[in-house]
Amino acid sequence: MSVTPLDSKVALKIRGLQKTYGKSFEALKGIDLEVARGDFFALLGPNGAGKSTTIGVICSLVKKTAGTVEIFGHDVDRNFSVAKQFIGVVPQEFNFNMFEKVEDIVVNQAGYYGLPKKLAQERAEKYLRKLGLWDKRDTQAKGLSGGMKRRLMIARALTHEPQLLILDEPTAGVDIELRRSMWEFLQEINEAGTTIILTTHYLEEAEHLCRNIAIINKGEIAENTSIKDLLKQLNRETFILDSRTVLAQCPSVESYNLHQVDDTTLEVSVEKGQSLNTLFAKLSELGVDIVSMRNKVNRLEELFVSLIEKVEREGADAAPTKPATTVKRA
Amino acid sequence: MSPQQQFIAFKTLVRKEIRRFTRIWVQTLIPPVITMALYFVIFGSLIGRRIGEMGGLDYMSFVVPGLIMMAVINNSYSNVVSSFYSAKFTKSIEELQVSPTPNYIIMLGYVCGGCLRGLLVGLIVTLISMLFTDLQVHNLFVTASVVFLTAFLFSLAGMINAIFANSFDDISIIPTFVLTPMTYLGGVFYSIDLLPEFWQGVSQLNPILYMVNAFRYGLLGVSDVNIGVAFAGIIGFLLVLLAYCLFLLEHGKKLRN
Ligand SMILES: Nc1ncnc2c1ncn2[C@@H]1O[C@H](COP(=O)(O)OP(=O)(O)OP(=O)(O)O)[C@@H](O)[C@H]1O
Ligand SMILES: [Mg+2]
Repeated sequence: MSVTPLDSKVALKIRGLQKTYGKSFEALKGIDLEVARGDFFALLGPNGAGKSTTIGVICSLVKKTAGTVEIFGHDVDRNFSVAKQFIGVVPQEFNFNMFEKVEDIVVNQAGYYGLPKKLAQERAEKYLRKLGLWDKRDTQAKGLSGGMKRRLMIARALTHEPQLLILDEPTAGVDIELRRSMWEFLQEINEAGTTIILTTHYLEEAEHLCRNIAIINKGEIAENTSIKDLLKQLNRETFILDSRTVLAQCPSVESYNLHQVDDTTLEVSVEKGQSLNTLFAKLSELGVDIVSMRNKVNRLEELFVSLIEKVEREGADAAPTKPATTVKRA
Repeated sequence: MSPQQQFIAFKTLVRKEIRRFTRIWVQTLIPPVITMALYFVIFGSLIGRRIGEMGGLDYMSFVVPGLIMMAVINNSYSNVVSSFYSAKFTKSIEELQVSPTPNYIIMLGYVCGGCLRGLLVGLIVTLISMLFTDLQVHNLFVTASVVFLTAFLFSLAGMINAIFANSFDDISIIPTFVLTPMTYLGGVFYSIDLLPEFWQGVSQLNPILYMVNAFRYGLLGVSDVNIGVAFAGIIGFLLVLLAYCLFLLEHGKKLRN
């Protein structure tokens, strides 16, 4: 495109963003967010936290109540035509006409960005091939599988080669193999210079792909830092312990939070720095013989719990915040 | 967006609209043709012969222009109302909303699609009518401009209906309860001279009366209304709808939360 980014360092700048649905439901309570050019950024949060609302505002699908949004220095209100050229968006829900052909969907989208037909067709072919949909180009969209539909939306978002690609839960409902290949694809375009923002429910995904992260909870940014620093904050780990024999009751060991899952399985939550040796010694004394042990894969939940505890400790949020029990597990 | 880019976006939209109504031609092109052919046979040939003259013409000649207009009105309207409402319903309207395509291009794209379907059906109906009567054109300019303005106007009306609609019921309410009665009472089948004076006055508030009569004038050279007034009325009404439609797209709460 002929337009140039004004501010080449900041891809997205959000200030004081508020969104009230209806009369009084505050979905966003004044969000500040900044994403650097070239970054791979994760927006994490439980269901209903406000992720899609934030994305909706960025790409003008949702009318904001207050605040400003700038894309590479271009205000989305005052300079919407330029700002929109920079953004490609992959929404959470399918939003194409199921009766249109795959290729037409992508070519038309390019047309809406003003790309001449020939170029639009070249781009459609390029990205449909990359996403493994070229064979399906003449199929009506309703004839695609769920994973294919998601890839179609990615191809559609890329036709005008945006500098900022925003994906709202791109890997929801996508199998592991396909998820890996999507990850590779996204890393490839990020390395080629595209700034990427994605929302996800999987910490593993954010950890694997992203450099920086913002955690949003109930319409507020609870944390905004690098993934590395965030993982350091994870001050608690949960282990699953398998006992050789059936446990009549849950053994109790002082200062360890043990919890029986079933006849032969225990779960223990261990603070960072707490010794595991002591725990095993005490369990031995009680006649419990542990034969195997593994990490419980719910680090995202732990992360939310620890974040929320932190917020409560600091007294920043007086209202009791329930841990994100709705968060899906990877 | 540069003017060239806007024009590309416009062409893309129009192409998409044409593809839509030709893809589902059994729903979009065939039914009006069948209905109109039936009108020609029943009102024109069978009953028409007994009616004799209407407005100084044999009934078949009188009714043909009205029926062509009725086809144009219905098809322009229903093309845009269903296409735009479906785009809202499937959320594919978001493809346009995230793009830099300005609202007036979105409006013109859909409206142009509606006009094309209206005019295409109008043309087919005209061809069929030629099996029943000798068609002449008294004034080509009036004929062409009236039919085009009418298609434009009802495409816009269809778009406004679609913007407000929240369900598929909402897109059939207006056609059933407003559009059809207005068309039937708009001088398609009779000359308003037949009506008592009071109802003549009421009829003159019906915009469709002016369109049908202006079109009939274009073809046959006769009209119940003054042609200048008809044009002024159609254009005025069209501009009001145009402004209102743009306003809704720009500021309406119905399209963006
Ligand atoms: N159109 C709407 N009208 C009213 N309330 C809405 C609307 N859209 C979203 N909300 C509310 O705003 C809040 C934030 O929703 P949002 O879709 O942004 O959450 P999210 O973080 O994307 O959640 P998820 O992970 O489930 O996709 C929710 O409480 C939701 O109920
Ligand atoms: Mg969401």
